[in-house]
Amino acid sequence: MTYSFRHFPEITCSSSPPPLGEDEVRGLENRQAIPGKLPRLVLVVILLMISPDSVLAESSFADVIIDVQPKIAKIYGAGGLRGLEAYQSGFLISSNGHILTVWSYVLDSDDVTVTLADGRRFQGDVLGTDPHLEIAVLKIEADELPHFDVEDAVDLPWGARILAFSNLFGIAVGDEQASVLHGTMAGLTRLSARQGAFAVRYQGPVYVLDAITNNPGAAGGVLTDRQGRLAGLLGKELRDARTNTWLNYALPVTELSSAVQDIVAGKMRPRTSPNTVIHPEEPWSLNEMGIVLVPNVLDKTPPFIERVIPQSPAARAGLKPDDLVVYAADHVVPSLTSLVDQVRQIERDLAIRLMVLRDGELLEVELISN
Amino acid sequence: MNRADCRACVLACQIMIVHCNWLPDVQADVPAPVLQAEAERAAAIALAVQPSISIYGLQGKDGGSGVIVSNDGYALSNFHVTKPVGEHLHCGLPDGRLYDAVIVGLDPTGDVALIKLLGRDNFPAAELGDSDQVRIGDWCFTVGNPFLLGTDFQPSVSFGLVSGTHRYQYPSGTLLEYADCIQTDAAINPGNSGGPLFEARGRLIGINGRGSFEKRGRVNVGVGYAISINQIKNFMGYLKSGRIVDHASLGASVTTDEEGRVVVTNILRSSDAYRRGLRYGDQIVRFGGRSIRSANAFKNVLGIFPKEWRVPLSYVRDGQQFDCLVRLAGVHAHEELLSKVQGIGIQVPPPDRPPGLPDQPEEDQRKPRIPGHLNGTGEKKSMSESVAEFFEKKRGYANYYFNRLHRDRVWNAFARHGDLKNRTGTWGMTGEMTDGSTFELQLSEEAAILDSSAGRSSLDPSRPLHLQLQPLGSGGLLLALQQWHGMLASGPVQFGEVYYLGTAPVVGHAGLLDVLVITHDVIESRWYFDPNSGHLVLLEMFPDRDVDPCEVYFSEYKDVDGIMVPHRWKVQHGDEVFRIITIDDVTLPEPTENPA
Repeated sequence: MTYSFRHFPEITCSSSPPPLGEDEVRGLENRQAIPGKLPRLVLVVILLMISPDSVLAESSFADVIIDVQPKIAKIYGAGGLRGLEAYQSGFLISSNGHILTVWSYVLDSDDVTVTLADGRRFQGDVLGTDPHLEIAVLKIEADELPHFDVEDAVDLPWGARILAFSNLFGIAVGDEQASVLHGTMAGLTRLSARQGAFAVRYQGPVYVLDAITNNPGAAGGVLTDRQGRLAGLLGKELRDARTNTWLNYALPVTELSSAVQDIVAGKMRPRTSPNTVIHPEEPWSLNEMGIVLVPNVLDKTPPFIERVIPQSPAARAGLKPDDLVVYAADHVVPSLTSLVDQVRQIERDLAIRLMVLRDGELLEVELISN
Repeated sequence: MNRADCRACVLACQIMIVHCNWLPDVQADVPAPVLQAEAERAAAIALAVQPSISIYGLQGKDGGSGVIVSNDGYALSNFHVTKPVGEHLHCGLPDGRLYDAVIVGLDPTGDVALIKLLGRDNFPAAELGDSDQVRIGDWCFTVGNPFLLGTDFQPSVSFGLVSGTHRYQYPSGTLLEYADCIQTDAAINPGNSGGPLFEARGRLIGINGRGSFEKRGRVNVGVGYAISINQIKNFMGYLKSGRIVDHASLGASVTTDEEGRVVVTNILRSSDAYRRGLRYGDQIVRFGGRSIRSANAFKNVLGIFPKEWRVPLSYVRDGQQFDCLVRLAGVHAHEELLSKVQGIGIQVPPPDRPPGLPDQPEEDQRKPRIPGHLNGTGEKKSMSESVAEFFEKKRGYANYYFNRLHRDRVWNAFARHGDLKNRTGTWGMTGEMTDGSTFELQLSEEAAILDSSAGRSSLDPSRPLHLQLQPLGSGGLLLALQQWHGMLASGPVQFGEVYYLGTAPVVGHAGLLDVLVITHDVIESRWYFDPNSGHLVLLEMFPDRDVDPCEVYFSEYKDVDGIMVPHRWKVQHGDEVFRIITIDDVTLPEPTENPA
């Protein structure tokens, strides 16, 4: 004898979500602004109180969690300064070592290490990233690994009990188990509804959670339903600059699965690889583009534009000082040096495509030689 | 309030009303298992709340939480909660009554304090669970006094999930190390410190005391830690001793190498681990009954055992495994620990704040205040007589009253089987040893003489004792027996300095034994008593620092003139059994006149 939201199909909201806005985040009380929906809302309230979770409330999640833990990865890379943790989380999505995580500065290192739940350590190679979704797929050299299948990801209904697995605060090391938090899927919404409040590139829907899931190091962790089925990817920490509140959310994996499959299949922008250097006869250079970058003072100085030469290709393309170059010719350029190297590989008589970050938004431009 | 807000308010009220009206129908439709689960949870919480206490200082400034663990009023809290409060505390029970309490024992490194509530012998007590059985994903709940909200002593309850087990959290400053702790997403906030973490059925599995806080301010962010109750069970005897107790070290440091092996990187030559054969480069594979696969796992095991305990250790060298029992050393030198606790060496940090973080905004630092009727006038009140009766100040002790209490309890239970006090004359014994020799033994204040068919050895108490370790290979059997004779004939007050160490395990004995530490001349001996029979089962005599003791295991107690005397003595030194001695005949002198 179980109660299910499926008995009331008109109030399930996840399988084909309508365009959602800010209201949904606020929760239920705004829904019955349409008086006709009041009784339905009451049903929701009551159902939440006696949802099937209650039946299992006293039984442990330990057995479900034991099955999920071997699929969680601890990821270590760049960072280590105050407020910039050098670690994040991820999870296996193939038996031969593909790991889904968020794209962040942590991966911006030649030395990304992955520790699996059994304590084994591997070198992690960034197979590819998606700059709009801010996700990355790592590859480690291992096989016969327990893993999630991205194609089997489930959509969460409103009010669903969730489990969040991550290595938040870097608490676990070696073969120690990931931390697990519990909560409820509190809303499905678009972060763009709060544009300006959050500096975020991802424009799709997110699950808003009532548990404090998005702690330092939790990004890239996995959100499951209470049966341990794959549902979401824990996002990076997001703070509302105006209210100084932090958002706890996850990206629905169903929104990511085609991009993930593309990256795994090699169709997506791979990271700069030093092994495939091409030497064109007349390559692009920053000078030819009309870009002056900030001084190269660090090992990995981010390629911020300091100045744009008037009437140059860069100026015509609308580039401005303080733009951060993220991609050049479809390659990630994490540092000033990598940008210089990348543009050198493109013939000057071809257009070069850049993606820059300006005020939290990504812009694509094309530079054409004079 | 604008129009839209008003409308939302009205609607919200309507929802509440409609909801209430619907409730009876809904209840009728709720499946039985749901109602049952709900009832079980409510019952577990109702039970668990009763022994949960709110702790306040006399000045009304400081406080936290705690939990009663015995009907006579022993209760657990955090060291960092009781430290600013002092030795006299006020504890509010959920029944609304306020009790006086006195500090009993402190474990500053483990952040545990044992206190005793006064005035009743039928306090509600929490049932202790087994924290090693706790699994990630089990339900649990905290009970406590977050932000010191419980002004009527009604604690707050927060339900959550066990997020992690066997967690290691580095010391905050130089104390307050959380080893082998339980991580939960049940809310642990400032003020919850010292309060209980219960498993779903209401058994005590931990003492809350710490959280991971960072940029979001000093409030719960879903990551709290509780000291495991199994660790506290190990320390309970030590805490009841009224002492300020230390944590353990192995005398060796370890690291996890590239292949994930835990190897020794440094070892003190003076350590027991070194004497048991552990060397630089050895791989530690098991420790304290657990397999060791990371440096954290090693530190977790070290964190749950008190100093002086002997713990099984297995290490591998050149593919061969060695098993031994290693005696743990302390983390701190005695004076070092005391100075840290007195706050000379360190400031005890505010709870749960990682060091080195920028100061929180002023608002966040404001300490919660406790209710008006407790607010002190600012002048320090002297301890009331009823409380002073249970407190005795002595250097090195949290409360010497309890040490004397347990010293006398243990000795009196032992002496009940026949008091040898004032039988100061010569004790004579004859018997056989495992090497086949027969012997005659004489023990007195003036001499100890062992005449056997294998030769004669003797001890002259007028010469330096620690140089007379006869017979050869025993580690000082005669000296150990001379201590035994002297202590039994003189009693714990006259013989030397005697204190109650706490409880510790002995190989071959179930449970934990009461331990007295006796210093006479320069010789220290440890006496292990079976708490059930009262019998002395092991005497360890340490002729010097950093050497193996002579261990005498006493058994087969038989009646001699109404006095129980052990008739089988196993003598061990280091890793070797020296002899097993069987007593055939015992001659005891008549008691001398009790000196006035």
